[in-house]
Amino acid sequence: MPMTILLGTRKGTVMFDRKNSDWHPRSIVHEGIPVCYAARDSRDGTLWASLDHGHWGPKLSRSRDGGATWENAPPVKYPVGARYIVKYLPTPDFDPEAPAGQPEYKDATVYKIWNIAFASPEQPGRLYAGTIPGGLFISDDGGDSWELNRPLWNHGSRGGDLFSGDATSENRWGGTPASIDYGVFEPGVHSIIVDPRDPDHIHVAASSAGVIETTDGGKTWVGRNQGMRMDYFPNPEAEWGHDPHFVTACHGQPDHLWQQNHCGVFYSEDGAQTWKMVSVPEVGVHFGFPIAVDEHDGCTAWVVPARADSERMAIDGGLFVARTTDGGQSWQSFRSGLPQNNAYDIVLRHALDVAGDFLCFGSTTGNVYLSEDRGETWRCLGNNFPPIYSVRFG
Amino acid sequence: MPTIEMTSHLYRFFPELESRKISVPAGSVADVLHEVNKIASGFSDYVLDERGALRRHVNISVNDTMLIDKKTLSDYVPDDGTVYIFQALSGG
Repeated sequence: MPMTILLGTRKGTVMFDRKNSDWHPRSIVHEGIPVCYAARDSRDGTLWASLDHGHWGPKLSRSRDGGATWENAPPVKYPVGARYIVKYLPTPDFDPEAPAGQPEYKDATVYKIWNIAFASPEQPGRLYAGTIPGGLFISDDGGDSWELNRPLWNHGSRGGDLFSGDATSENRWGGTPASIDYGVFEPGVHSIIVDPRDPDHIHVAASSAGVIETTDGGKTWVGRNQGMRMDYFPNPEAEWGHDPHFVTACHGQPDHLWQQNHCGVFYSEDGAQTWKMVSVPEVGVHFGFPIAVDEHDGCTAWVVPARADSERMAIDGGLFVARTTDGGQSWQSFRSGLPQNNAYDIVLRHALDVAGDFLCFGSTTGNVYLSEDRGETWRCLGNNFPPIYSVRFG
Repeated sequence: MPTIEMTSHLYRFFPELESRKISVPAGSVADVLHEVNKIASGFSDYVLDERGALRRHVNISVNDTMLIDKKTLSDYVPDDGTVYIFQALSGG
């Protein structure tokens, strides 16, 4: 049973503690600082928060005493020589498949540390951080130092090894609107999934590129986007340019991966070798940002649907959670305890989590909802929080 | 020696800089910030990115002249100059 919930919000980190069958919020920490992700490392209990300072750059903060005190962790930095091919915001006549002209390069700096993931207990000091622009950083000393994974950064789908010279291939990665706050249009790594059976087997997902897999601990990476479709591309089945909003896997059945994509809900039961669309737009299950999968049953997943994609808010003013228990063949909608009138919430990609029978999500409208019965009924934990970026059970 | 004035916002992260006069040897703005970083470890990471460029939402002036070289901070700070570090305004 989870005992803690961490919220990353626009104005700091909020923690809830479970006491006497109820949830009690503590006073906010990192007051006034946007926190784009906060989570607890179950291996040693360390709490992590990714601070998204408007002025002072991204920082990692950690607490080793359950949240009583926090300290700045050493910064995540791109190494000298890390460059990327600049992307620009698409214009109305933008053709994403047109041959690229001469690439324009830019030195990489970290704009956002979008996600933090923890390795298996067999690798106690190993952490992962996904960044904008499009980096995967690895720490093997509990976050005291970080190293860019160069094979992913130098991938042929991004122009090749730009440390060594000019591009040797075209950049097929797009940008994410989540980067526009920083005045750029660059990709971002937001999902990192370590296979509990094999620590060298990792999937990451990047907006807007797709899902990429390594089976050798990050030495080589392969795109895993077969079966995906992009309804915004002339070729919907192109290998790159996909926009996964969040990707997750079943802990007990790691070959079952789920993806809430810009273009629908997708499911894989073969370790992301192939994907199939399992959206049912007629019941509202299609667009959204977060997705959660049951810890033991890879066929059971939850989404918080939204109106795609020009509106990005609850459908028809009513908030609901949809659950499938048969691998996306059918979906049940649950509304009990959720507002059904004048609700305009949007739930961002890291703002839904599951732990056993418990689910929790938070919205950019500052509402937090909790279910203790696998998403069938909900109760509100508060309405006046800052805009919520992440929700994670501790 | 040049002196450094900064937004009080930075004192939240570097309380050791509060309520004291900060004077460092003359040089470029980059040199000046390097000296401040010796007093308050990690200070540079708040004001500069990992390439040494001024962060997008931070402003610096030397006396009343806004920093020109935001990429390498080569602007010279005279011996009697004051470096001001402040936040560029952005929404809440």
